[in-house]
Amino acid sequence: MPASEPALTTGGRRRPAPAAPAGPPRRRRRRRRVRAWLPGLVLLTPSIVAIGVFVYGLIGWNLRLALSSKTTDISPAHFVGLRNFTRLWGEERWNLAVRHAVLFTVVFVGGALLLGWLLALLLDKGMRAEAGFRAVYLFPMAISFIATGIVWRWLMNPAPPERAVGLNALFQRLGLGFLANDWWQNDRWGMAAMAVPAVWQMAGYVMALFLAGFRSVPEDLREAARVDGCSEWQVYRYVVFPQLRPVTLAALIILGHISLKVFDLVVAMSGKQIITDVPAVYMWQMVFDAHNPAKGAAIATYMLLAVAVLILPYLIWTLRSERRS
Amino acid sequence: MQRMRWRGAATALLAAGSLVLAGCGGGDGQGGGGGTPGASKVEVFSWWTGGGEAKGLEAMVADFKAKHPEIQFVNAAVAGGSGTNAKAVLASRLQANQPPDSFQGHAGAELQDYIKAGQLEELDSFYDENQLRSAFPQQLVDQITFEGHVYSVPVNIHRSNVLWFSPQVLAEAGLSGPPTTVAELISALKQVKQKTKKIPLSLGAQWTADHLFENVLLGDLGVDGYNALWKPGADWSGAPVTKALQDFAEILKYTTTEAASTDWQLAAKNVVDGKAAFNVMGDWTAGYFKELKKTPEKDYKYAAAPGTDGVYLWLSDSFTLPKNAKDRAAALEWLKECASKQGQDLFNPQKGSIPARTDADTSLYKDYLAWALQQWKSSKLAGSFWHGVTANNQWHTDIDTAVGLFLNSRDVGKFQSALVEAAKNDAG
Repeated sequence: MPASEPALTTGGRRRPAPAAPAGPPRRRRRRRRVRAWLPGLVLLTPSIVAIGVFVYGLIGWNLRLALSSKTTDISPAHFVGLRNFTRLWGEERWNLAVRHAVLFTVVFVGGALLLGWLLALLLDKGMRAEAGFRAVYLFPMAISFIATGIVWRWLMNPAPPERAVGLNALFQRLGLGFLANDWWQNDRWGMAAMAVPAVWQMAGYVMALFLAGFRSVPEDLREAARVDGCSEWQVYRYVVFPQLRPVTLAALIILGHISLKVFDLVVAMSGKQIITDVPAVYMWQMVFDAHNPAKGAAIATYMLLAVAVLILPYLIWTLRSERRS
Repeated sequence: MQRMRWRGAATALLAAGSLVLAGCGGGDGQGGGGGTPGASKVEVFSWWTGGGEAKGLEAMVADFKAKHPEIQFVNAAVAGGSGTNAKAVLASRLQANQPPDSFQGHAGAELQDYIKAGQLEELDSFYDENQLRSAFPQQLVDQITFEGHVYSVPVNIHRSNVLWFSPQVLAEAGLSGPPTTVAELISALKQVKQKTKKIPLSLGAQWTADHLFENVLLGDLGVDGYNALWKPGADWSGAPVTKALQDFAEILKYTTTEAASTDWQLAAKNVVDGKAAFNVMGDWTAGYFKELKKTPEKDYKYAAAPGTDGVYLWLSDSFTLPKNAKDRAAALEWLKECASKQGQDLFNPQKGSIPARTDADTSLYKDYLAWALQQWKSSKLAGSFWHGVTANNQWHTDIDTAVGLFLNSRDVGKFQSALVEAAKNDAG
């Protein structure tokens, strides 16, 4: 998936000039257009059908399950309306899982955006061995969340000084013992610590996005600003940053949807424990451990909605700006 | 632009095509059982893919092959601890009506979902034909009977209520021996905390707290009180349960700080490494200590968990007969192997458990297992809720959730009402 995303963002930025010449009358133009898209549609039909069945069909099937009374493998699936959805909010566990997901999202998205932006800004200033640094910052992305989770589980072990390992041991060795803490095992703010490895992993990617954004601001614009007497900071503040808005939005969407459905990182770090419970883990446990398909489907639907709330405005915005061009 | 679009379409087609191909490939692999009529074949599904359990299965399979050269044995094991992945694979096969000829499951209530869905055949006549009702302890057969029928053949027995302790750390704390009641345990933990810098009670991730919880329940309520909790309409709101929950809360104060990021192996290892005084864990720990080349009596000692002496809090791996098994006769032969004295004596010394049969060859079981075997014959039996004997899947998950929330809140009242609620919704 990530491979296609940069294209998405630059697509929003640099639109090709309209290809059709302004000459011929409308009707003929329309017919020619039909001829242009029809073979494409025929060729695409198999994948449209496959997506229709395997993505939208299954979403529909999931929704039907979520609205049914199938709370065990064998109970009949009668329509019960939104009962499964409303009941969840009466549960301590569900509220906790939602709180965890929100906390994780805020820290992860905020942290990765800020760090990625900062790294890109530093690289944009044209330092030596830029390519090397770029690669180094991007490397963590090559690792799966599972591997990251296992390593960081050790790094963020909250054992007391006599058994300390990982970061806490490092802090003690450096005489910074006061920095040692509970990390993700803190019962209120633990999920913020859980977001640290995720930030570590994705900040490089955000950096690459922002760097592409910085570089797409034409040098003559900056020159012009400088000639007009802008300081270097003002060049960034008034010329470069405003043009980063589409990149920022794209990064926000990409990080946001990863974050709201986070599963692998949590499972690798902590497994199925309430202290780090998130909706995805809860869903999995309901379906495979408790054999409660309807509840699992309801949670899955909530997750889909949460991601949709984030992505739909973006899709509409992209479609509109494409149409405008 | 135009060319790009065409290339994109071609790629999409190719992708769709390969999807279809992959689908066919999978189908062929699964339908392969239909070939060569006449030849007998038994496909056995388990999650025994490594360590002593895989070796034990191998030994039993070798014996089975020697006895039945005409039956081809297909080992359909799926890797993953305590069967997490395997159960997901199994669920999809059962739903597609493509069951293996026999599959592994914890004996007891964990099988209820399969039974209620009509996916298992009852084995009453199999038990009668092979005199299994007298070979297994009466209480064991009673506890795996569901609505008057038995549905699985237990191959082995593990014990949940074992207290592992470090003689060195106990000496350092000035304790003469292991505690024998829950109250004694609490004061021993207090003493360890005061006199040493060691972990009083080594604990791991949430599920090990569930495991500890069933041991505290049994220790405080006794075998009859504990067994009564799992009957429909049981009283979870009474004072004895409250007392057990308070003790559980008290005990948790003396557990590992980093418990949540510790797996059961490390939690147990703390004892043999002299970093912790006590650990409550099932008797697979003995096998793990053997792997670590630690000697019983010297590096570690064991006893029944406090308050549970004379009670065997058991769990068992068992094999089943799914409805619509492709080769029912071969599957029954496999179950016969699992139930036989020879099969169980081949499997269990390797796996590090004891046979469910009471007529096992005692000379094969050494060290911890010798003690366990003797205890098995003389103890009263209680089924482990965490390991699938007394609580069905939904109840099991609900208690796990309650324990997890309690680890955060430490609110006994809320914990108890969650348990009452779970028993009301899920029992039976």
